[in-house]
Amino acid sequence: MKTILLLTIVTLLGGCSSMGVDPWERDLLAKDSMQLVPDYFDNFYDEHIYFSKEASSGGRGVGGGGCGCN
Amino acid sequence: MQLRNIKGRVGLATCSLLQIAAPLAQAEGSDWDIDTAFLYYGESDGRVQAAEPAIYAGRNFGDDDRIDLRLVVDVLTGATPNGAHASTVPQTFTTPSGSGSYTTPAGETPLDESFHDTRVAAGADWTISLDRLSKLILGINVSSEYDYISAGISTTYTRDFNNRNTTLTAGVAFNNDTINPVGGVPIEFAPMVQQDLPLNRNGSSETKTISDFIIGVTQIVNRKTIIQLNYTFGMTDGYQNDPYKIVTVVDPVTGLPTLPTMAATGDLPYVYEKRPDSRQRNALFFNSAHHLTEDVIHFSYRYFWDDWGITSHTLDLRYRYQLANSYLMPHVRYYSQDAADFYTHNLKLGTDIDAATGTVSKQYASNDYRLAKSVTTTLGLKYGIPLSNNSEISMRGEFIQQAISNDGVPAGEETPDLDAVVLQLNYSLAW
Repeated sequence: MKTILLLTIVTLLGGCSSMGVDPWERDLLAKDSMQLVPDYFDNFYDEHIYFSKEASSGGRGVGGGGCGCN
Repeated sequence: MQLRNIKGRVGLATCSLLQIAAPLAQAEGSDWDIDTAFLYYGESDGRVQAAEPAIYAGRNFGDDDRIDLRLVVDVLTGATPNGAHASTVPQTFTTPSGSGSYTTPAGETPLDESFHDTRVAAGADWTISLDRLSKLILGINVSSEYDYISAGISTTYTRDFNNRNTTLTAGVAFNNDTINPVGGVPIEFAPMVQQDLPLNRNGSSETKTISDFIIGVTQIVNRKTIIQLNYTFGMTDGYQNDPYKIVTVVDPVTGLPTLPTMAATGDLPYVYEKRPDSRQRNALFFNSAHHLTEDVIHFSYRYFWDDWGITSHTLDLRYRYQLANSYLMPHVRYYSQDAADFYTHNLKLGTDIDAATGTVSKQYASNDYRLAKSVTTTLGLKYGIPLSNNSEISMRGEFIQQAISNDGVPAGEETPDLDAVVLQLNYSLAW
């Protein structure tokens, strides 16, 4: 699994230079609905709930802080 | 409306915190974005109930610099599993303070009813535009609850390449947490004792430090698709036990909770859990947004692994269905994890724990259901509608079911599924 994911990363990085759009093609990408995090608080609460109920964390970013979460 | 500029850094927000005001520059003609939200979270069977109001405020100032502030209050009540498993006989436990006791009927998972807490958390992010293509985000987080204090700082650097179609991200965060358990810090693997007897405690507080690192790339694929790939690595060093969790000691023949010293000393047949004092966590995270004719699909996948033996897969799918002047967003999340190496249903007298001395032969042990093999499934629906040009209201409801694996667990001792409901109301305003 790790190998597959690492290969995916390398492939994606290698392909980056051939992807993309021109500045005048950003109409859809500029919409609020196209943000990678669809909603600030939905994500905020979800991260908090699942951090306190599951053993996994991380991936989206760093610097969230901590809680006792009994 | 979801205010776009806040969302790019939402990934920075996880468990959240108390903040210290970041440096505020004189505002220059920009407006504040304000988001408020209220969350109700309720578990079935009288377990945890939470009410969580939150407010976010952000604004641009200067040359593309920005400040983002957030404040959250978390009020928790209800019962939480104490780590002992259900038994065919009633079980009596002492409360964490040592001054009370509670009895769990036969066949039920023991829950500590004394759980209640209020948590205040705040954070601030200061985004500094370094040049046309790069920026630095400095963050600070603090949170305080009855028995837990957390403080952290973070910094994230981003740079655009490839005609701003590619963004590379690198970040680091440090946290220092202090726990002050009710009744003191339990001695690892020492037995819980009967009410009003001297507690097996050592000191009043413990600490841990958490270091997290991220590297990531965000790539615009075409006019309708954007993807992101992150790798995060985290190290946690210090006290990582749950001081309120115990592990049942059982007779290997009868399967009943027992400890030879019970009658003479007042010990109960449960010992406090013990986890490693270091943990290394890894996550690979893929995220994407794809625009259809009008609707948008959000999909993410995370593969997580750590040196406690836990691996997990998280799949998350949201479909934004555009209506005339509003939208519906169904949500499905699937999470599956393997158990930690030291997760154990109980300790068996004579093999895991010496019958004469009470010494535990295992290096670590915990029956915290969060370290068990489990599957969590979430189904949700959100509805959002603009109220005017500069405000939007949205609401969502979600059902969460967490199924804990009971493989090899004797009948009558199973951990039941956890059902929870989430109700949330958001209001966003730009002014």
